[in-house]
Amino acid sequence: MANIIMFCILAVVILGSAVMCVTTTRIMRAATFMLFVLFGVAGLYFLLDYTYLGAAQISVYAGGVTMIYVFAIQLVSKRTLQGLTERMKGSRVLWGALLCLIGCATVILVLLKNQYIYTGEAVADVELPMKKIGEALVGAGRYQYVLAFEFISLFLLACIIGGLVVSRKEEEK
Amino acid sequence: MTIPVECYFVLSALLFFIGVFGFITRRNLVAMLICVELILNAVDINFAAFNRLLFAGSMEGMFMTLFSIGVSAAESAVAIAIIINVYRNFRSDSVDSIKNMKW
Repeated sequence: MANIIMFCILAVVILGSAVMCVTTTRIMRAATFMLFVLFGVAGLYFLLDYTYLGAAQISVYAGGVTMIYVFAIQLVSKRTLQGLTERMKGSRVLWGALLCLIGCATVILVLLKNQYIYTGEAVADVELPMKKIGEALVGAGRYQYVLAFEFISLFLLACIIGGLVVSRKEEEK
Repeated sequence: MTIPVECYFVLSALLFFIGVFGFITRRNLVAMLICVELILNAVDINFAAFNRLLFAGSMEGMFMTLFSIGVSAAESAVAIAIIINVYRNFRSDSVDSIKNMKW
């Protein structure tokens, strides 16, 4: 019962913050509401007993990515930050809402109508042990992920260097 | 008592399409990037819920989510660098200002 109450609270927080995030016209507020959405998703991971995943979500997303966004907003739209009123065209909002409603209805119908989701096994309501995660993350055997792990680390390095190169100021000729 | 798996699917589908709606309607580059993050989070919820509630013995979905978090961090860093460069060159942070390579 407590699980369901927690899920409802998290769902309300996530959906409400997401709606506010896409409808507010100020970018700084959108970033703040995105932070709430990210915390809500981390809460869902905790609810699913993926504690490690929730911690990674909070530290990488809420700690790292949101900081990047705040920096970028402060750098990019310093003049427009206070009174940024992005104009939303009525027709585009209408068409977008229609498209999203149709797509959402289709996806939910497909997900709920197919019988595949009832083939699941019973869930042991225990946390996934950290030892198992760590062994799978750095092991090279079957169902272990050291290659993907190393690739992700190289990819992050490449992206950081690429970002530095792209955003570097051109030298005066 | 566990939560039925349909709840997660409905939640993630709603979050996904809220993100798509924002991506369609917003014209600010940073706002569009924020909407992309919402979409990525919706997909991550689905991965984790599928793994936990349908295939509790394995860990593929969890690692997919973990790597997806890492990739999206890298993606947003590069995208922010590009946006800063666009702002420096065009003095604007709207997508409508970048039309040179449209055709």
